[in-house]
Amino acid sequence: MTRRTAVLDLTLSHFRSWKRGRIDTGGAPVALHGPNGAGKTNVLEAVSLLAPGRGLRRAPAPEMARKPDEIGWRVAAVVSTPSGEIEIDTRFTPGDSGRGVQIDGKTATQTALGGHVRTVWLTPAMDRLWTEAASDRRRFLDRMVLGFDAHHGDTSIAYEKAMRQRNRLLSEPPWDQNWLDSLEAQLARLGARIARGRAEALAALREAQDTAETSFPRADLAIAGDFAPEIDLDEPDMAETGLAVDLARALAEGRPRDAAAGRTLTGPHRSDLSAIYAAKAMPAAACSTGEQKALLISLCLANARALAGRTGAAPVLLFDEVAAHLDAARRAALYAEIAALGAQAWMTGTGPELFDALGADALRLAVTEEGGVSSLDPT
Amino acid sequence: MSQPGPSAITRLIELMAKLPGLGPRSARRAVLTLVKRRERLLVPLAQAMADLAESVSLCSVCGNADVTDPCAICADPKRSKKAICVVQDVADLWALERAAVFAGQYHVLGGVLSPLDGVGPDDLGLPRLVARAHSEEVQEVILALGATVDGQTTAHYVAAELAEAGVRITTLAQGVPVGGELDFLDDGTILAALTARKDV
Ligand SMILES: Nc1ncnc2c1ncn2[C@@H]1O[C@H](COP(=O)(O)OP(=O)(O)OP(=O)(O)O)[C@@H](O)[C@H]1O
Ligand SMILES: [Mg+2]
Ligand SMILES: [Zn+2]
Repeated sequence: MTRRTAVLDLTLSHFRSWKRGRIDTGGAPVALHGPNGAGKTNVLEAVSLLAPGRGLRRAPAPEMARKPDEIGWRVAAVVSTPSGEIEIDTRFTPGDSGRGVQIDGKTATQTALGGHVRTVWLTPAMDRLWTEAASDRRRFLDRMVLGFDAHHGDTSIAYEKAMRQRNRLLSEPPWDQNWLDSLEAQLARLGARIARGRAEALAALREAQDTAETSFPRADLAIAGDFAPEIDLDEPDMAETGLAVDLARALAEGRPRDAAAGRTLTGPHRSDLSAIYAAKAMPAAACSTGEQKALLISLCLANARALAGRTGAAPVLLFDEVAAHLDAARRAALYAEIAALGAQAWMTGTGPELFDALGADALRLAVTEEGGVSSLDPT
Repeated sequence: MSQPGPSAITRLIELMAKLPGLGPRSARRAVLTLVKRRERLLVPLAQAMADLAESVSLCSVCGNADVTDPCAICADPKRSKKAICVVQDVADLWALERAAVFAGQYHVLGGVLSPLDGVGPDDLGLPRLVARAHSEEVQEVILALGATVDGQTTAHYVAAELAEAGVRITTLAQGVPVGGELDFLDDGTILAALTARKDV
């Protein structure tokens, strides 16, 4: 039994630029090369949909339907996991509210998908992660948490709902104290669980960084921003309960302020993620472009190692245009670390030479496009 | 702008299509079946519906839907008066009755608190529940509400309203999945959730 997750066989139908595409990997790492616009990132996006969520572009399901037909799309895969091979089929039909999922032929939730497949991705869109909005960093963090706790997504959705309910209630005086108390109790309970999940994910990441040999720079992560509670992970249940009590109190005290602002100003939706380039004690936002990229690679590898340790399966790595940013030595180091992890990586780059140092077992595929339709070069 | 064809048929199809689980296509199929089996299906069904429309109402005590008021459950002398089970919808009450796991009284809220949907405490008949809980015989109120944000907010609210009533307040324990509503659960799960109920 392999201690990893690997896509053995991937089929795309009417997915973005792919009318039909099939990649039989046998579990090997995949290097996709080809000109700009060929359809390489689209393949990585399809793989990202084998895990819960909206995928690596965060696109709504209808947007991924191949234009101009827009008859809906389908991504199917055979995936090997430590508990056996599973068949995943996810598709979107116009008119549906979102994509549907089947696991081994049975309708399943995205949360259930999270119990089987985990992906860790790095895309060019993340290059400015440390300098742009806190919401992007929260999303980056929450995606890591989701890998460790498949219910984190449901918890976050419930939290958002409770917050909208509270904001509405605050906007309609006179206030029913009991009603606000009841709503805030839910908000605090869910908020404390989110904060705990994030703290635990960061701890797992820290541990993975402490124990690994890596040639990529270490990043020290911490929760920052308006909501950065101390959470004692030696007693996580007690810490979560205590945090819920504190948060409920803060919410009750903040009612007049929040009513005036028209939104809730405390809670985990106000947290941020800070990163320090450890070797230089430099905040990530102040690091050079190349250093920031190296930090992200380092974090993704640490996340993958932590997931492998916690869940018993190395996640599928999706590295979009990562190779192009590295010099030859760094590239070789990256490939070596992926190999040591035992993870299946899907990587893209414009030229095949970027993957020279990748092991001989890797599947090197040339992607081309003609008339808006992508295909794999038979050579 | 009605469809061609006899209007009584079209009208029935349109009405049937509003039922849960039926769309226009299955409504057309159902109506066609009724028309083909006029004596055996259509006439008795029309009669049954007319009878029901004549007699059905919500029980003024518990909110159940029945043809008598108080409903058969409230009027049943063999059922215990010691416990009241609070549910969101009549469907939940029927699910508990189907599972035959509870032989006490019920209270149907008819919804859950939701500011965004404009549903408040007054819409849920909570004063009636508080008055019932204050009666001599009642010893326990079981909050059998869904694990959704709104369900749990409502449970919290009801529990606070009943704090003065001098009754034990319990909630369903493990077994009710997040966002799960009673009507979707199998009997075994309902029984487990009810047996392992815990104090609020
Ligand atoms: N819904 C869609 N229907 C049809 N084509 C689409 C759809 N969405 C995106 N495309 C097209 O897919 C093509 C390939 O996109 P993709 O991002 O995969 O390219 P790429 O090979 O990664 O290129 P680059 O090297 O520039 O990153 C683009 O030309 C884009 O216009
Ligand atoms: Mg690309
Ligand atoms: Zn009744």
